[in-house]
Amino acid sequence: MASILKVDNINVYYGSIHAVKDVSFEVNEGEIVTLIGANGAGKSTTLNTISGLLHSRTGSITFLEEPLDKVPCHKVVSKGLALVPEGRRVFLQMTVQENLEMGAYTQTGKNIAQDLDTIYALFPRLKERMKQIAGTLSGGEQQMLAMGRALMSHPKLLMLDEPSMGLAPILVEQIFEIIQNLHKAGTTILLVEQNAAAALSVADRGYVLETGKIVTSGTGRELLASPAIKKAYLGG
Amino acid sequence: MEFLSYLISGISLGSVYAIIALGYTMVYGIAKMLNFAHGDVIMVGGYISFCAVSYLGLPGWLALILAMAVCTVLGIVIEGLAYKPLRSAPSLAVLITAIGVSYFLQNTALLIWKAAPKVYPSLIPATNAQGEVNALQLFHGQLSISYISLLTMASCVVIMIALTLFTGKTKMGKAMRACSEDKGAAQLMGINVNATISTTFAIGSALAAVAGVLLCSSYPTLQPTTGSMPGIKAFTAAVFGGIGSIPGAFLGGLLLGIIEALAKAYISTNLANTIVFAVLIIVLLVKPAGLLGKYVPEKV
Repeated sequence: MASILKVDNINVYYGSIHAVKDVSFEVNEGEIVTLIGANGAGKSTTLNTISGLLHSRTGSITFLEEPLDKVPCHKVVSKGLALVPEGRRVFLQMTVQENLEMGAYTQTGKNIAQDLDTIYALFPRLKERMKQIAGTLSGGEQQMLAMGRALMSHPKLLMLDEPSMGLAPILVEQIFEIIQNLHKAGTTILLVEQNAAAALSVADRGYVLETGKIVTSGTGRELLASPAIKKAYLGG
Repeated sequence: MEFLSYLISGISLGSVYAIIALGYTMVYGIAKMLNFAHGDVIMVGGYISFCAVSYLGLPGWLALILAMAVCTVLGIVIEGLAYKPLRSAPSLAVLITAIGVSYFLQNTALLIWKAAPKVYPSLIPATNAQGEVNALQLFHGQLSISYISLLTMASCVVIMIALTLFTGKTKMGKAMRACSEDKGAAQLMGINVNATISTTFAIGSALAAVAGVLLCSSYPTLQPTTGSMPGIKAFTAAVFGGIGSIPGAFLGGLLLGIIEALAKAYISTNLANTIVFAVLIIVLLVKPAGLLGKYVPEKV
């Protein structure tokens, strides 16, 4: 399997706080890889650094054989890397359709109408609400919108930051079903989750972050079975 | 009939305020800053068009286009040199810088064009070469509306409609709305936030040039401080209507102009500004976000 994303020894700081320490990991084409860990372990910081919202002080990030460190944030998406940020961050005052159009911002001259149909087929709820202002959607619908919006850019790697956050269990199930469907359709996924059980059960491989460092890694099944992981993250 | 004529002069004045307020409100909506130098860009637009007509002998419409072009560039330069380096600075630092830019523009104008007021050649003079008034006569001449007033009101409506279509229908306009809501998320979509802010300043400054030409055409004294009072009034209008809202700026500008004109006519010329600002205070007490502004609570 070809490596699509390679994160090599990155260190990220917020002022004097050392949030991510020498983190290295890899995502191969066609995989679902998950980063799990407690609140404040540096998971979101890692994703935000990959997408260019934050910058690492040392280390390197390579995406499709190209260094990503010096690429400004707004140019990252056209390289094929999309982030569904933590807290969804849909444009609350814009309509569902406008949000999706913003996702296709870099797709100049392509057939956006057809892509919209694809997204609406994937998320029928969004089609029903296409003219509605995103601020009126429920949390689960907003999460679907945020995912649909990211998919509009035809990402080669889709990064999801806490897609299950604040959602009812039935919606969490739905979201993970969608993630698996996207994966089956050929999208490579990097998933950050606090819900370790759910994340590990769909992931090919996982990395465990603790206070900014990777402490363990393995296949999803290995990590699920590991007593230490069970004790720390799976409530038993 | 008298009332109608005061009302129309109020709408005409309010149209100028509205055009300026649109610039204020767009910049605030996207860059989240109050550009207090906006009023002085109006003055620069006035001087540029004045020079184009008086020294270069250009026709009025060409002078207007030249003023718009110069102000557009000026807006981009001000943003790039003064505000962009402060993008992540506290908002007070940006505010003080904006006041500094305002004084810089006024004093540069003072150096170039001196303090003595210039008599501005109106885009449409009050009378034509034959000595006939350039005005629309209604009700057997009892109500007279000058062509420049009509042009001012029409420009305001056209600009308002154009901006609404631009932000609602075009890709660039939608990107601006996305930036005004969440710059981080906008960047994740591939929107170049810095370029979007520059474009906003360019549009706002071009509008300021239009406002400058229309304002000086109706009130033909031009001096380095010409832009400050209309600038402050338009800022008031933008807050009045709900800062960040385009229809709000339009409504706020018109209402402010009408209140000012009626207060001058029926209460007192000297008290007109006091009344205008008193109304602002009352509106903000009742509706803190302005007439059309939305109070958006932070979602946690």
